[in-house]
Amino acid sequence: MTDEQKLAKFEARILAGEKIEPKDWMPEAYSKTLLRQMSQHAHSEVIGMQPESNWVLRAPSLRAKKILLAKIQDEGGHGLYLYSAAETFGIDRAEMIEQLQTGKAKYSSVFNYPTLNWADIGAIGWLVDGAAIVNQTMLAKCSYGPYSRAMIRICKEEGFHQRQGYEIMAKMMTGTAAQKEMAQDAMNRWWWPALMMFGPHDAESVHTSESMRWKIKVESNDKLRQRFVNRTVEQAHHIGLTVPDANLKYNKETMNWEFSEINWDEFWAVVKGNGPCNHQRMAHHIKYHNEGAWVREAAIAYENKLQQKQKTTV
Amino acid sequence: MNTKEALYNFCLRLADNNIVLGQRLAEWCSRGPILEEDLAMTNISLDLFGEAESMYEYATTLVNNNSTADHLAFLRSEREYFNNLLVEQPNGDFAQTMMKQVLFSAFAKHLYEALCNSNDETLKGLAAKALKETKYHLRHSSEWIIRFGNGTEESMRRTQFALNELWRFTDDMFVMNEVDEELISMGISFNLNDIQAKWKFTISEIFAEANLQMPEATNIIKGGSKGIHTEHLGHLLCEMQYLQRAHPGATW
Repeated sequence: MTDEQKLAKFEARILAGEKIEPKDWMPEAYSKTLLRQMSQHAHSEVIGMQPESNWVLRAPSLRAKKILLAKIQDEGGHGLYLYSAAETFGIDRAEMIEQLQTGKAKYSSVFNYPTLNWADIGAIGWLVDGAAIVNQTMLAKCSYGPYSRAMIRICKEEGFHQRQGYEIMAKMMTGTAAQKEMAQDAMNRWWWPALMMFGPHDAESVHTSESMRWKIKVESNDKLRQRFVNRTVEQAHHIGLTVPDANLKYNKETMNWEFSEINWDEFWAVVKGNGPCNHQRMAHHIKYHNEGAWVREAAIAYENKLQQKQKTTV
Repeated sequence: MNTKEALYNFCLRLADNNIVLGQRLAEWCSRGPILEEDLAMTNISLDLFGEAESMYEYATTLVNNNSTADHLAFLRSEREYFNNLLVEQPNGDFAQTMMKQVLFSAFAKHLYEALCNSNDETLKGLAAKALKETKYHLRHSSEWIIRFGNGTEESMRRTQFALNELWRFTDDMFVMNEVDEELISMGISFNLNDIQAKWKFTISEIFAEANLQMPEATNIIKGGSKGIHTEHLGHLLCEMQYLQRAHPGATW
């Protein structure tokens, strides 16, 4: 079979709604895009542990502490199975981590914003995980089997995260004046970064058209963003939070909440490394990765000694 | 001291150990040497917070002052905390964290095993549940100690150093006072000297497999059960209690 025939067969399978599995033939651009996306997704889960761990020691109740610990563990767990799913492309985790630390691989820009008060933990769960769910529900339908299956699993847990985040916000909005102020402050700082999570407008997104044809993506950035806004605005109003957008208004005909243009200068600045925490997040990751090097070396040395012993006893 | 008062204090001692060590382990969150260990440490931390919470809840039923588990965790100062000095020590490197875990979990395992025969039904139940988790914590940490003791020169050096540093706080776990006297007489708790003998046997086996030398007993420090702590506890509580202290009466 020529490459053209293989490609035609591949595209026919995708059109028929079949899943592509690791051993199947696939065009290089397909595996490249998926690897980039999946490793970026794995790194996002791991880097996303940092802003949340910033409050784990200061969680205000035993219940809140347990929920946050469990949530951060979930995120790390997602990182683990996304790394495994990405390894189906023949790359190992150490290499992906190296790409992250040298800036070759990216992670979600939203984690380059700081968590400044306890309500930020609520805002991350409600808005950031909420936006992630909209995106991941779409990705669960993607054509690559391992990624699609990982997304189905992850979406279940993210639903729980979003509810706990909303619960934190709702509780604070019924609390003291200081608590309400913290909740609104968190809303003001996280609303726009959450909308930015869906990426550039469809017209400007370099990866969109091919990704749509191969069902790596099945819906456009703008459509997903609108779905998130529609869902979230009403939740905000329900607990008395103001959406920080003076132009926000409901369009009865389209049944959409219309919103202002995103500050794309800020978006690109953060993507390019100039967000409030880009440097801090990477420095943190590198510092603790390096500090753990002796642990990894010791584990390998021990395994080697065990294998040696087994060989000599056989 | 009557039995109820003694039991209340004893519950605090157990719960305080768990919450303080849980807080220390949570400090590793996003800082583990590999992702799997990051998760393992927060997982153990979560177990410990859960154990602490149920023990605090039981303690609140023993006094009539409308207190809650959160009050006990977030509104007592360091002089009112009864945890052992070992668990409040700073994490140090991963070898020190695992060493602290082995020393504590081996103690907790034998204590909970004994408490499974307590005359107090609630305590018995709490101990049985905590025992299951503690066995896993001990297995996890002792595997690392054995790995390090048979790993590289660096890991051996770090692990022996960890043992030497932490050893001075281990006697503190077995100090008995009027609380223990009362509870032992009622068959609710047990003689900690017996627990210490079992503990020593367990850790000796692990350390032998890890080629570790038992340290000389120098500069032994005690005081946890009297609420006399090392300087580290105050800072730990300061961070943990921040929001509850800064916003009195707020619910979260």
